[in-house]
Amino acid sequence: MHARLIHRFLQCLLVAFCVMVTMLATDLRAADDLRAMVNALGGGNFQQSQKQVEALAKTGDPKIVPALEALSEGDLYQRKTDGTVFIVKPAGSNFMLIDALTGDTAGEEAKAALEKIKVNNGLRRTIRAALGGLTLMSPETGVRLQAANTILRTPSADALDGLDTVLAAETDGAVRAVLEKARAASVLVSDLPVDEKKAAVATVVETGGRDSLSLLSSALATADESLRPDIEAGIKQIEDRQALWAAGQNIWYGLSLGSVLLLAAIGLAITFGVMGIINMAHGEMVMLGAYTTFVVQQIIRTSFPGLFDWSLAIALPLAFIVTGVVGLAIERGIIRFLYGRPLETLLATWGVSLILQQAVRSIFGPTNQEVGNPSWMSGAFDLGGMTITWNRMWIIVFSLAVFAFLLFLLKKTPMGLQMRAVTQNRRMASSMGIKTPWVDALTFALGSGIAGIAGVALSQIDNVSPNLGQGYIIDSFIVVVFGGVGNLWGTLVGAFTLGILNKFLEPYAGAVLGKILVLVLIILFIQKRPRGLFALKGRAVEA
Amino acid sequence: MITSFVLKALDRNIVWVTALLLVIAALVPALNLMTAPDHPLHIPTYIVSLFGKYLTYALLALALDLVWGFCGILSLGHAAFFALGGYAMGMYLMRQIGARGSYGNPLLPDFMVFLNWKELPLFWHGFDMFWFAALMAVLVPGLLAFVFGWFAFRSRVNGVYLSIITQAMTFALLLAFFRNDMGFGGNNGLTDFKDILGYSIQSNGTRSALFAASAIALALSLVITSGIVRSKYGKVLIGVRDAESRTRFLGYRVEHMKLFAFTVSAMMAGVAGALYVPQVGIINPGEFEPANSIEVVIWTAVGGRGTLIGPIVGAILVNGGKSIFTAAFPEFWLFALGGLFVLVTLFLPKGIVGTARQVIERRRDYHKARQAEAARALAAEPQAAE
Repeated sequence: MHARLIHRFLQCLLVAFCVMVTMLATDLRAADDLRAMVNALGGGNFQQSQKQVEALAKTGDPKIVPALEALSEGDLYQRKTDGTVFIVKPAGSNFMLIDALTGDTAGEEAKAALEKIKVNNGLRRTIRAALGGLTLMSPETGVRLQAANTILRTPSADALDGLDTVLAAETDGAVRAVLEKARAASVLVSDLPVDEKKAAVATVVETGGRDSLSLLSSALATADESLRPDIEAGIKQIEDRQALWAAGQNIWYGLSLGSVLLLAAIGLAITFGVMGIINMAHGEMVMLGAYTTFVVQQIIRTSFPGLFDWSLAIALPLAFIVTGVVGLAIERGIIRFLYGRPLETLLATWGVSLILQQAVRSIFGPTNQEVGNPSWMSGAFDLGGMTITWNRMWIIVFSLAVFAFLLFLLKKTPMGLQMRAVTQNRRMASSMGIKTPWVDALTFALGSGIAGIAGVALSQIDNVSPNLGQGYIIDSFIVVVFGGVGNLWGTLVGAFTLGILNKFLEPYAGAVLGKILVLVLIILFIQKRPRGLFALKGRAVEA
Repeated sequence: MITSFVLKALDRNIVWVTALLLVIAALVPALNLMTAPDHPLHIPTYIVSLFGKYLTYALLALALDLVWGFCGILSLGHAAFFALGGYAMGMYLMRQIGARGSYGNPLLPDFMVFLNWKELPLFWHGFDMFWFAALMAVLVPGLLAFVFGWFAFRSRVNGVYLSIITQAMTFALLLAFFRNDMGFGGNNGLTDFKDILGYSIQSNGTRSALFAASAIALALSLVITSGIVRSKYGKVLIGVRDAESRTRFLGYRVEHMKLFAFTVSAMMAGVAGALYVPQVGIINPGEFEPANSIEVVIWTAVGGRGTLIGPIVGAILVNGGKSIFTAAFPEFWLFALGGLFVLVTLFLPKGIVGTARQVIERRRDYHKARQAEAARALAAEPQAAE
């Protein structure tokens, strides 16, 4: 039994060896044939060369690609002594010889000993078609895609036959799409009947994109009358579609800006919206959150480099705690003495914001600190005609998650119930046994903590500097006031409305003027609805 | 009518402060110009300019006190009115440079030549005349305040909402003035001034004259605001501050009252800005920073809101402190300023002047009570003897 097994194994080995030898032999023979054919490129006139190129192309062997490319560039030379063809590179006064098939160097030779194989534009076209066909057969998708794109950029009627054969065999969707477009482009420059061209226009229009537009407009210049309307309609269609995608991209940018505004404003929606405290130090809470992220990343960088992708997850609860505690201290130390005096609160918290800014500046220095993106937050992906970066994407998701969390907290938990009770009627709540001072303190700490979490997210897209918060404070207040004080949903709608409005005004008015326009619109809006989009109704309003 | 307005305005404290201001308006320039530099009473020019600057700040704080202290409108946009007045004056000073700029263009200011502009924008016309610029320094802030206030007060935006939209207004102006296309020098603002009314802006005489002008403007504004708040209208204004709804139901047009105070206040801020710019030699969009407006509020709060004299004291004290602090320990200034905000709101809600007044009144009451008691005791004594 044992012996039989060994015997069987040896047999297999032998068969394998035989197969290998045979393959090697065919390979070698093929290489010999190829070499002969390459050598035959030299010496003849253009017609002969052209035939030879076509014959080479028929072999479908990717080894000939460098030789053909060199021929097209005028770098293919024939040695006068033995008729061998080389690719050459100038090396001083000599030529360095490179084997046309293997790409190995094969010594140097004086320039006089070599003769250039002449090339003209007709031959170049043939070569290009042949090359396109050859690389299109490459087993690697990337190479094929590149080849297809090359043809698309330089469409020619000669490439059509090759494209048809390749298309029949192509299975990869992306490559196929480009190939079809390339074919359509080639049809447009060929002298095929109008019907085929119309079909080609339809194909190009369908794929869309900026290159289609230039393709069609160049085709329009040479097209004859019967085709013109089709092309013009096609161009219009593509432009319309692009406008649509551009609008989509604008909406996306708007959502992205809106999510940033939402993050910045949502903590304020608690402190200002629910409690009625004007917290001018709110921006500094965001800044503290961002600095917490920086510190966490700094520790991770020096001590646990492997955890970098988790840095934000670690920073999140820490930022919440740090800013929450600072918020608690501010409430207990200052704000609780100022309830019912909103303007004084404004001034006192402004003072706190100055102190916090200067403290951070003294500790970390006035310059921007570098906060890195974890790998899952960098990069971008394409969605139709839009480019979407991951960090923006995650920030939108995150802002909505924070919003949902807050909503849940306020509406479904006992703490939220107490918060709402104290806000609506402090004395009644107190009579019911709710410790109103504690609820005040915790609510303020919650709002500050949320601002800190926002800081973690904003550290990913903004400069982390002591002035970080300043940039957000006015925007946040405007979002809250616009959305309607005391209403989380108002803040959500307000943030996204302002974000999208801003991004839609930007293309027409420029970034700065767009922002000014938004501010003016808000000021006018507040005249109309002094209590914001979603105003609270009832007696609480006047209190 | 005017005499009665003025006479009502002048209570004892206001007379004292006005007189003091007029005296220093005469004395400081005299000491600067007529004494030798080594004379013990000589006041160096930089001090004159520095205090001239403080006086314009005091005027700004006084303007804010009119609306905040007496009408309850916490405007976070007063630095914007100040800066607008400053820009009007800056435009006049720019036009005075004429062909002496780096590019030597007789008509266009340097930055316009730099931006390749070919002709003077329409809104720069007329600013070669001083009276026009001076008028604009008052009218432009006034007009902005009028339009803004008309919209805001009519729709009853008040309290913190008003504060926030005034801040939004300042912020919008800040962004706008940063733009080069606006035609106000963009980021760099207006600077390199040469002379004012034909006198070199650097000379001691001009500096002293500007100081005197600032002091006189402040004294005048003090009398005017004092007159306003002591008139019948002023009483209603205080009514608006303390019980807006009640005043409205008594039949007063609250929004008109507020609008008048707001507009007058903005005009005063504009005057302050116009006097400020030639003394510091530059105006740029940084003056529109929302933080500046809030700082004005703290000057007023430190000195004493609703006291008229307090804001003047507060502005000079805080800015004097700022000058000393930023020179000696620059990194601690924000701590000090922040701490000031917190401490004043917590422990000194009436400000220095307000608290001082309270103390004096209490002492007077105490004395009166003591005297009354002594008199009673005296009256009772003979009976006891019998």
